[in-house]
Amino acid sequence: MNFALRALLEVQETTLLAVRAAGRLFRRPSYVPEMISQMDVIGVGSLTIILLTGFFTGGVLALQTYPTLKYYGAQDQTGRLVATALVRELGPVLSGLMVAGRVASAIAAELGSMVVSQQIDAMRALGTDPVRKLVAPRLVALLITLPLLTLIADAIGIGGGWVVSTQFFDIGSGSFMAAVWDGLTTDDIIGGFVKTAAFALIIGTVACHKGLNTEGGTVGVGRSTTSAVVATSILIIVADYFITRGLQLIFGLPAG
Amino acid sequence: MSTADVEEREQEGGAARGGVSTAAAESTFHEVDDRERITPAIEFQDVTLAFDDRVILDNLSFKVNKGETKIILGGSGGGKSTTIKLILGLLKPDAGRVLVDGEDITDYTEAQMMSVRKKMGMVFQEGALFDSLSVYDNVAYRLHEQNVPEDEVEQEVRRMLRFVNLEDAIDKMPIELSGGMRRRVGIARALVGGPKIVMFDEPTAGLDPPTARTICELAIKLRDLEDVSSIFVTHEMNNVKYLTSEYAVVNDDGEIVFEEEGQRLCLTNTKVLMLRGGKIIFEGTDESLHKNQDAYIQRFIRGH
Repeated sequence: MNFALRALLEVQETTLLAVRAAGRLFRRPSYVPEMISQMDVIGVGSLTIILLTGFFTGGVLALQTYPTLKYYGAQDQTGRLVATALVRELGPVLSGLMVAGRVASAIAAELGSMVVSQQIDAMRALGTDPVRKLVAPRLVALLITLPLLTLIADAIGIGGGWVVSTQFFDIGSGSFMAAVWDGLTTDDIIGGFVKTAAFALIIGTVACHKGLNTEGGTVGVGRSTTSAVVATSILIIVADYFITRGLQLIFGLPAG
Repeated sequence: MSTADVEEREQEGGAARGGVSTAAAESTFHEVDDRERITPAIEFQDVTLAFDDRVILDNLSFKVNKGETKIILGGSGGGKSTTIKLILGLLKPDAGRVLVDGEDITDYTEAQMMSVRKKMGMVFQEGALFDSLSVYDNVAYRLHEQNVPEDEVEQEVRRMLRFVNLEDAIDKMPIELSGGMRRRVGIARALVGGPKIVMFDEPTAGLDPPTARTICELAIKLRDLEDVSSIFVTHEMNNVKYLTSEYAVVNDDGEIVFEEEGQRLCLTNTKVLMLRGGKIIFEGTDESLHKNQDAYIQRFIRGH
């Protein structure tokens, strides 16, 4: 099977997995405790890396853009630039990538180990559908927590930009925040949510698919884990481009 | 002679032979007459399965009757575990039919299989316990999924763990258990809900002889005391010896004891089936297996 055909097959199988998980979400028994525990593992567990990534990204944005803006005499707009860059682009993408690295690997490794130790077969033999018990809760947990994590990353990132701008450069706290509020629009926030929801779907389905299709013992688990992280990361960046373009077509090009 | 006279004479006769009471005889006749008993628990009809170019099962046909234990023997890669997976619907055959309790499950969807699987218990090679759950939660898994009240769950879990003699391990995690204990917990988990069909996939592989013997005793107890139909996949000849030559009875003190075939009974409910390259090369009793002149079978039995 050549590469293109294999890739197409993977896309088809991953999509089918997502559809199956969605279709079985509301059937009994519901796995609410599993969802909550996954939200804890994925959401609360990723909080530290999201806080650090958000804060320093916001900070470095201010550091890098201030000199250029100052050259044009527009240093007051630093807040606006930091906020729009974060909310539209860097918040969703960086949160997605960080969570992909941390969570996609964990999901693929966990499900992969369960496959090679026959736990998935045992689950099916005991009358439980692994898609409902394992895939659906992880997907739901990602869909709920990733947008929230992104929101936190955006806020902390703006905080990082504020610290750099007010402490190292001659920008007042009030004018920084005014520029932030001036720059952000509802469309930006909606766009951010659309992106994170898509990224959550990518991380959840790809990682679960890779994990559940593990073959070849412990070496296979390693392979699944690596390919889950690589595939989700690339897909996030590619999807980001197309979603951005799609949003521009819907909302029109942003004013600034 | 009136009916009352017959009954009286039967009772006298029964008492004189020191054995079967009228009630027991009647229940046996009832079982024999029961049409349900005639339907095989498991039936394979010309089942073929191949992975790419490799043929795993080649036109396989066999039956497992109610209350019968079928030992599937064969070397590694002979299609033994695949057979079990087909019964559970974890794999689908390329051709042929698989019947469980007379029900054709070949084309069942995953959702339809879920209700069929409730009738079956499966003991996996290494136990396949859920690492993240305690022994209690592993054994209780099926009941928790069915939202059974917790006090009933606990009662059933303790009963099952007593059956496999592991009640002390109830709060342990699978990682803390030895290989033999993991298999026994696996057996307890498979037996929750009282399945009438139980499948063992090499349950004694890699265990020391006394532990392997314990596992075989559990299978014998299930067969003789719980009327379970089972498939016992193995490649170890001492398992075959235990399962085909011993039976479990409850003695006068209410204890379960194992007796050798020939002391009082002759075992007819355990048969051997041998697979090689996806084909049946032998089917019958252990006696005829030992008498078989096929060079491969002889080498398999003797180990050289």
